[in-house]
Amino acid sequence: MKLKTAVIVATAMSLCAPVAYAELVVPWLSYRTGPYSPSGIPAADGFADYFTLLNERDGGIGGVPVRVLDCETGYNTQKGVECYEATKGEGSLVYSPLSTGITYQLIPRATADGIPIHSMGYGRTAAADGTIFSHIFNFPAHYWDGASIAVKHILSLNDGDISGKKIGLVYHNSAYGKEPIRTLEEFSEKHGYELMLIPVDHPGQEQKSQWLEIRREKPDYLLMWGWGVMNAVAIQEAANIRFPMENFIGIWWSGSENDVLPVGERAHGYKALALHGVGNGFPVFDDLQKFVVDAGMAAGAGDQVGTVLYNRGMYGALLIAEAIKTAQEIHGVADITPAMMRDGMEALEITEEKMTALGLPNFGPAFAVSCENHGGNGIAMVQQWDAENGEWNIISDMIQSDKEIINRLIMEDSAAYAAENNIEPRC
Amino acid sequence: MFYREAGEFSTSYRDDAQTFPIAFDRRRYYLVLAVGFGVIPFFINDYWANAVLIPFLVWSMAALGLNILTGYCGQVSLGTGGFMAVGAYSCYKLMTAFPGLNIVFCILLAGLITALVGVLFGLPSLRIKGFYLAVATLAAQFFFVWLFNKVPWFYNYSASGQINAPERTLLGVAITGPNADSAVKYLFCLAFVVGFAWIARNLTRGSVGRSWMAIRDMDIAAEIIGIDPYRAKLSAFGVSSFFVGVSGALFFGIYLGAVEVTEAFGINQSFLVLFMIIIGGLGSIFGSFAGAAFMVLMPVLLKNILVGGLDWDTAIATHFEFVIVGGLIIFFLIVEPHGISQLWRIIKEKLRLWPFPHDH
Repeated sequence: MKLKTAVIVATAMSLCAPVAYAELVVPWLSYRTGPYSPSGIPAADGFADYFTLLNERDGGIGGVPVRVLDCETGYNTQKGVECYEATKGEGSLVYSPLSTGITYQLIPRATADGIPIHSMGYGRTAAADGTIFSHIFNFPAHYWDGASIAVKHILSLNDGDISGKKIGLVYHNSAYGKEPIRTLEEFSEKHGYELMLIPVDHPGQEQKSQWLEIRREKPDYLLMWGWGVMNAVAIQEAANIRFPMENFIGIWWSGSENDVLPVGERAHGYKALALHGVGNGFPVFDDLQKFVVDAGMAAGAGDQVGTVLYNRGMYGALLIAEAIKTAQEIHGVADITPAMMRDGMEALEITEEKMTALGLPNFGPAFAVSCENHGGNGIAMVQQWDAENGEWNIISDMIQSDKEIINRLIMEDSAAYAAENNIEPRC
Repeated sequence: MFYREAGEFSTSYRDDAQTFPIAFDRRRYYLVLAVGFGVIPFFINDYWANAVLIPFLVWSMAALGLNILTGYCGQVSLGTGGFMAVGAYSCYKLMTAFPGLNIVFCILLAGLITALVGVLFGLPSLRIKGFYLAVATLAAQFFFVWLFNKVPWFYNYSASGQINAPERTLLGVAITGPNADSAVKYLFCLAFVVGFAWIARNLTRGSVGRSWMAIRDMDIAAEIIGIDPYRAKLSAFGVSSFFVGVSGALFFGIYLGAVEVTEAFGINQSFLVLFMIIIGGLGSIFGSFAGAAFMVLMPVLLKNILVGGLDWDTAIATHFEFVIVGGLIIFFLIVEPHGISQLWRIIKEKLRLWPFPHDH
């Protein structure tokens, strides 16, 4: 009977609306379980650890502690909706769904509820058009930037001429994987390459037929839009058919340690785009070690510090933290609301001095968000895996995407969205 | 004490044949309806609507549909996810092709289209049975997921292959889209589900339902006593697919608002609905609801208890959810192989005799 009462009380407590404290609530829709956990775990750890660092070292942001609300989605859209509905009432400032499917789901909901979404380098690309997508931000770069940067990298390897080449796209057969197709088709007209589409169905553990096709068709280059366990399987299959690894380029979501380590030596030379710097050689990691890891407060198993996706999560947390600071400055209030947060994100400006002061010199690009542009500058780098030393190396300068074509495509797509949903352009 | 027939007199065949012949049961049923329609809408919030009640109603609808086919007519189907996808995509095409068409008709027409498709895919059932039919319907599942991925016409050539429900209103109130009020969405789903559960109940106890059950129990015997197996099986496929199609349309239009076929209507969903009716009870209307509640609400409840109440780590809690739900499924199937509805029937039987269990 007692147990039963306890369960009922626990349920009632958990279902009731919680009490508001002076704190900054930042939800993170994580996935530490299922076929996408190899990608989800390091990102979740990095995100949580950076805010733990801010709390422990600086006492929060502007004196208000940050609470990271972790909600497990398993990369499943329905669970993502449940998480959103469960956490939005707790004063959640900004959502980081880390899933393009869930982002698509949340775009209309969050806009109606007035809560911003930061889909950093994922989600709906057209959300970069701030005139239509008032609450959605995907800075510092989005998928179409990624596609353009990958093509530019291939161009630079071929002295600017790739006409007649065949480029394959291995992609997760979902909204995520299909995002770049539109742009890659457009670029194929401009640069004269032939595009070959190779979809891989969820969860991506079975890719034999796809790689048989690749072996037969012999594309010169392969791009990959993969996630979770799909990445490692694809790189393994590429190694099995002896595809030249240096011609295999993943998006920034397909280039973490967990993707290449299972393949071992034969993953040597695999490339991926990089949204930010790699490794733990930046000054901020000394603080992370001191205040978070050594203090035993690291999220998860604490073994991911400095990996690519850990840095991704940390970078996401950093951008959100800076946006919170900006919002606090604009409105002169420390305990901000989601509406103020949105203003802060729209006025966010990241400079190299700022990044250096935060302990991350030369980590990511400098960019400024505006009412019209929610997508940043569209700058990324290329990284390459060194299997002997077990580390990623940045092998290019900052590459700027082909904004002329991309902006035109974004305008088309956002205009279609606006027409479908009767949205009046702002700004 | 409860559920007593003593003092209940039927003065007409109508009285005698009603769904709830016992007054206590009938009043309980009206009470549930009254609470559902008259009380919950006033207290509902976004979380309860979008994460608990609307998914429960939508899945109940799908379970009702599959229960007609599998539970009443005995035809095993693994194509539920595919048929839900047909419902969702036809609803989307209707909504975007005819913006003036009322959302109610969109959903009903989506059900009708799914019913036609279902009859088509039910044709093999005239020649093959059991596991072989399950494999044939499995083919439907994979075919539709492939089709809605492959042919851009179905998703209006959108760049990402997603379909999004535009805002549609009923009597000036938004039903779909982000601005729809959660109470309205809940009431809309509830009205559909109650209406269709009522139809299902009356179909299954009429001559059509009896012919389905005769086919289920022994098809050769049924044929000998004059039941046309073609009509019985195909009508079961048609009616079942209609329900499943409507649930798919509600799933897309009301519940999620945006779906992508691989994830929303994959093979997992087919199994989920099949598990619902097995756990809830094959050949039972109540069982469809009980099974949907068990499979959809139990994980949400456990998550709230483990993470919200006991403050566990989210990953451990998720793994434990699998363990607990799986354990409960095994427990239920051992204790009561005929599902929750049979458990309910036994409880009613016991309550009838309580507190004097030896009075007959």
